[in-house]
Amino acid sequence: MTVKPSPSPLHQPGPHESGYRHASGEARYVDDLPMLPGTLVCTIFTSPIARGKISSLDVSRARTSPGVAAVLTAAELPGSNRIGPIFHDEPLLAEAQLDYVGQPIALVVGESYAACRAAAAQIEFECEAHKPILNIAEAIAAESFHGEPHTIARGDVEQALAGAAHVLEGQFESGAQDHFYLETQAALALPLEDGNFHVYASTQHPSEVQHMVAEILGIGQQRVVCEVPRMGGGFGGKESQATGVAVLAAVAAQTTGRPVKVWLNREQDMLITGNRHPFATRYRAGFDEDGRFVALDIEIFSDGGFSSDLSLPVLDRALFHLDNAYYLPNLRFVGRACKTNLASNTAFRGFGGPQGMLATEVILDRLSEQLGRDPADLRALNFYGDAPRNRTPYGQEVRDNRLPRVFSELMATSEYRARRDAIATFNRNSVWRKRGIGFAPVKFGISFTKSVLNQAGALVLVYTDGSVQLNHGGTEMGQGLHTKMLAVCCHELGVVPEQVRVMQTATDKVPNTSATAASSGSDLNGQAVRQACATIRERLRPVAATMLGCDGQQIVFTQGMVRGNGRQLPFSEVVGQAYLEQVSLSATGYYRTPGIHYDHASGQGEPFYYFAYGAAVCEVEVDGATGEHRLLRVDILHDVGTSLVPTIDIGQVEGGFVQGVGWLTCEQMVNDSKGRPLTLGPSTYKVPAIGDVPVDMHVKLLERAPQAGVIHGSKAVGEPPFMLAIGVVHALRHAIHGFGGRVVELAIPATPEAILRAVEHQKTGALPG
Amino acid sequence: MSEAAFLLSTTVNGEPVTVAAPHHWTLLEVLRYKLDLIGSKQGCDKGDCGACTVQLDGEPVLACLTLAAHAQGREVTTVEGLGHCHGGCHPLQDAFDRWTAAQCGFCTPGILMSAEALIRKRGRAVEHTEVAEALAGNLCRCTGYTKILDAVVDASQQMHPAPGKE
Repeated sequence: MTVKPSPSPLHQPGPHESGYRHASGEARYVDDLPMLPGTLVCTIFTSPIARGKISSLDVSRARTSPGVAAVLTAAELPGSNRIGPIFHDEPLLAEAQLDYVGQPIALVVGESYAACRAAAAQIEFECEAHKPILNIAEAIAAESFHGEPHTIARGDVEQALAGAAHVLEGQFESGAQDHFYLETQAALALPLEDGNFHVYASTQHPSEVQHMVAEILGIGQQRVVCEVPRMGGGFGGKESQATGVAVLAAVAAQTTGRPVKVWLNREQDMLITGNRHPFATRYRAGFDEDGRFVALDIEIFSDGGFSSDLSLPVLDRALFHLDNAYYLPNLRFVGRACKTNLASNTAFRGFGGPQGMLATEVILDRLSEQLGRDPADLRALNFYGDAPRNRTPYGQEVRDNRLPRVFSELMATSEYRARRDAIATFNRNSVWRKRGIGFAPVKFGISFTKSVLNQAGALVLVYTDGSVQLNHGGTEMGQGLHTKMLAVCCHELGVVPEQVRVMQTATDKVPNTSATAASSGSDLNGQAVRQACATIRERLRPVAATMLGCDGQQIVFTQGMVRGNGRQLPFSEVVGQAYLEQVSLSATGYYRTPGIHYDHASGQGEPFYYFAYGAAVCEVEVDGATGEHRLLRVDILHDVGTSLVPTIDIGQVEGGFVQGVGWLTCEQMVNDSKGRPLTLGPSTYKVPAIGDVPVDMHVKLLERAPQAGVIHGSKAVGEPPFMLAIGVVHALRHAIHGFGGRVVELAIPATPEAILRAVEHQKTGALPG
Repeated sequence: MSEAAFLLSTTVNGEPVTVAAPHHWTLLEVLRYKLDLIGSKQGCDKGDCGACTVQLDGEPVLACLTLAAHAQGREVTTVEGLGHCHGGCHPLQDAFDRWTAAQCGFCTPGILMSAEALIRKRGRAVEHTEVAEALAGNLCRCTGYTKILDAVVDASQQMHPAPGKE
């Protein structure tokens, strides 16, 4: 692929807005910001036990340790000690009760990390350990939950199951996943005059940081500005859980009157912050003779950890995606979030969607293994279709379903059927190595399911030399949001990228923003940017019309020039004249998604503005002697509508897919019997490395697929591709099935151990411990 | 807190440098905290992620595991010095930009230092399999690695055009 220079960056392949600064090393993240003289750093003293009470806590010796400026405990906090994105049920620093290993108890603030660590060792601390709840099964037994169950139901499940030709019953689990953003959590708080604070934070949600800092410090929100330079990865892990880190920095800055940085090293980051929710599922599924769903009865339990954080909306999204791409005439979905003594699990790319979808996908695999049917055909048979087969479980109509088209195009380009035949031949002739191929469709609902969050703002400032500062409410975590917003801005104002500076996201430019999350960054902020730019452009139009001597409607703004009447002027000249004519050169933009709503009590509504679609065909080779596997080839066809910037979108598809492969095959978080995490670094927690990516990878965006009613026809891309990785599970199961022909018993993540057990089961019919 | 310090004399990106640092400090700490060379990142602090990769006498090393004292009298190259012999922009840096091989960019400096050593040692255009081997110790969480592989191969071809081609 060659990147061609384009007249407008919109819809054209192009580099990342910070691409060259990333490569030159000059891109600064929070921990790289120049430190003012006197800046203090911190170490967090954490709970060694999963559940219990603090018997005694004495920080007086630590306070007098050399180089220490302050040691903060819950008792010293000036305002509230409660954080948490929805319910504020999380202490910033533990009070009497201890809820998980790694829970912050005290913040040691000092001149150097060495001084802080030495002082932390002087904290005199005793606690009384109680029996913890460490997993979903224990939480169910103890009836330990967050919130109430959420139910979505339709039709008569019992009657449909009674009349079904095939009924499957069972349970299924998926595991935790650490975000492993390469940049760990970090914040730098500066105390300013008059009791004001400026907080630089690596957060997806600067407004939440601003609001929580104000609440904990007991000051007005106008006194706090949160600014995000950029993030070294977020993936949901900095949606709510960056807040505590930033608030600690601000509290310490208020207490000491000096700038304070809180930066977590990798071990602390993995210990203190939560992960993707593990899920456990119990199901009964009924099918007709042909393999069409007639009923699905599912109970899902998530492990929320010790506080509610975002567990309830994560659970909602899991329920909303149990259907994935399939019509279910009769259904009963019940979800509960379990309260356990683990770090609070949180948002992670897909936000429960992957966990929900995976359960149903495994059910379809089991049916195909039992019936000896091609699972791809079984899936296509169950796709949403024409009425009445177009209603989701929550009552929303599936309009503009692109999966049948994606299916037929991908089947052809991936040569699925020929390769499946070739694999059958390969497997007949190979004893120790077996291959498998799998097709995974994805339908993913786009919008925050809490409808009010679907709003965004922008602020565009034009200066007299024709240059532009672009502010919007979204944050840049590497996903390319700034690149896309830059393209939208250039298109609307008719300027070139060199004229525009995308500003660091800050709460003094756009207030009350939603988190950059739910794949919504471009959809929401893009519309706000477009509106702000259009406002300014329309103010300039009459000015240009007079200058060029023509009707305003004939004026065209493009490539830094303003054209009309066969002449053209630089944008800067028109702007200069507008200034002289006292025309305002700044504007805000605002957008809210129309028409979406959901009623939690009835489990019905229209929570999504639209659906994103995609599909993957994956091929693997499994070594039956070691349980290892290799990803041989991946073909992906993904629907992003008309891409705003195709290079950015392809990067999201590739990166999301590989991250999903990590969740499903190699990333396993392990705790000991006392709830102490054993996987606190990349040596024990295996994220995909460069050698784990497919040997042969083909990623294509669906062509000629504009979406109506969204920014320049484009669709959200952040999360949906993550779930394409489920195709690897299908392929692994197909390969494992080749070892014995039984219904496959494969645990997730499908580590070599899990695959080896599954292969042994194929051979002997017994599941080895 | 006063800590016993020593004088480190070394060459960083071609410039002689003498700096006082505590004995136990790593090379990464000296680079980031004394010299404000913040391009090298602290990703895991345990030598497992590769984000801190720099070169010592042309060999890629993990600056978070290398004691600063180890750099005494030697040549250190960081991402900030990568473009020095290439008019400010190394072909690898240009290729990473063109290929969108950096998303969040946090792993990029370390990857560039590993990749540069590979291409220099091979003295020719490299292939995907060699790149994958050379970058086995550099984690990236954003890209899925595909564009990184393509960018390194492309840069090596720019630096070592096949005979008969421009």
